[in-house]
Amino acid sequence: MTLPQYGPGTDPGPDFTAFLRRNGIEPMPVASPNAPHSPTTITHGTTCVAVRYTDGVVMAGDRRATSGNLISHRSIEKVFPADRHSAVAIAGAAGPAVEMVRLYQLQLEHYEKVEGAPLSLEGKANQLSQMLRGNLQAAMQGLAVVPIFAGYDLARETGRLFEFDITGGRYEEADYAATGSGSLHAETVIKVGYRRNMGADDAINLLAQSLFQAADADSATGGADNLRGIYPIIVTISAEGYERVADEVVGERFAAIADEFSANHREVGA
Amino acid sequence: MTTPFYVAPEQMMKDRADYARKGIARGRSLVAMSYADGVFICAENPSQTLHKVSEIYDRIAFAGVGKYNEFDQLRIAGVRHADLKGFTYSREDVEARSLANNYAQMLGQTFTHEMKPMEVEILVAEITDTPGEEQLFHILYDGTVMDETNFVVLGGDSESITTTVAEGWSAGMSARDALELCRSALAGPDRELTDDALEVAMLDRNVGRRAFRRIADTDIASL
Repeated sequence: MTLPQYGPGTDPGPDFTAFLRRNGIEPMPVASPNAPHSPTTITHGTTCVAVRYTDGVVMAGDRRATSGNLISHRSIEKVFPADRHSAVAIAGAAGPAVEMVRLYQLQLEHYEKVEGAPLSLEGKANQLSQMLRGNLQAAMQGLAVVPIFAGYDLARETGRLFEFDITGGRYEEADYAATGSGSLHAETVIKVGYRRNMGADDAINLLAQSLFQAADADSATGGADNLRGIYPIIVTISAEGYERVADEVVGERFAAIADEFSANHREVGA
Repeated sequence: MTTPFYVAPEQMMKDRADYARKGIARGRSLVAMSYADGVFICAENPSQTLHKVSEIYDRIAFAGVGKYNEFDQLRIAGVRHADLKGFTYSREDVEARSLANNYAQMLGQTFTHEMKPMEVEILVAEITDTPGEEQLFHILYDGTVMDETNFVVLGGDSESITTTVAEGWSAGMSARDALELCRSALAGPDRELTDDALEVAMLDRNVGRRAFRRIADTDIASL
């Protein structure tokens, strides 16, 4: 690999995707219009949720990936840091989704390094929107990726949340967001339990509760896997940056929720 | 038809080297050194926004002196090279040695084939998890690469600065000590350099994946 050099007319600027194309690499291959619809047995990631709290945003995602009615992975990660002050969570076809996140992380980092300053939070959300639009053809054939983007806006000094659809539509949410197969149940739990200006603890509990209920009702959403010690990922994003809540802490929260649930719903030995 | 004057190749190279050296000597100097947590880089630079030191990759930093537009062009080429390599292979495969060689190729090519050599001197620094394994590649305007140990001085008046740094440097220095050594070396005996005349950045192995850390002028005092 030699050093890339460009004249004024061909310089891709801070756009990493355009730079890859200049080098003959198509980062997100465009689906052929004649390709058949992808089979349902392709690996899918499921439920992710996010909620605003006093210092920023809390985001969470379960660990299960399914292929049709089978569990294909028990420990995949669907919540990723996008950069120091933002995170992206994905639901949908796992392959394109993970690749999209990898490219997105690089795109943000590349921009920051070339320009010497990071993109605004709004700019980051728009970038993701453009990548989704590029994936539309594939999405129509069954390889849809539906992310949530959340971050701490350093300029406005507040946490912000964005939902997307497969066409690249970008919708800013004031309070909470959910995506994936279990999102209906998860979002209902959040809606009922949501309070303005929650502390980090309450917000983490609410998201854990929402994933617990989603896993209880949706077979494609995984809850806490106590046999293997695999727990959903919960992260906080505040002025201090992206931080993952330790597995032990998440495990304890889920155990407490399960105990309470069991105390009220157990049929044998009640 | 006019016959061009014969110029001996030695003379031609010497003229170009003189030209480049003069351009570099007009600018301010820069010091980089190993310290307790990685590599400490300090430049004399009154500008808050036009940086001489910047991030290339997770554990790699770039610094340049001389003509700003020329070393900035090299910096961006380095970022692209590193990000492309990391994307195609893996993040671990991006290393300073290969980047330094590429810079040397590019500068050497320009020096011998172009009308005007680049009036720059650059540094590619890399850290690993182990203290003492810092790498400092010093690359000159003609493509000469030097693998320096412990510290390196870039720029015009490098000899007297090197003497001062050599006297004061020791392994495992704190950031504060490294800063004061750089400050006194860059200032020389007759001047004082205040915080806002300095640009300070470091590769710090304790700050996570992206080790590059820039210290704002207002935060230098609290190092």
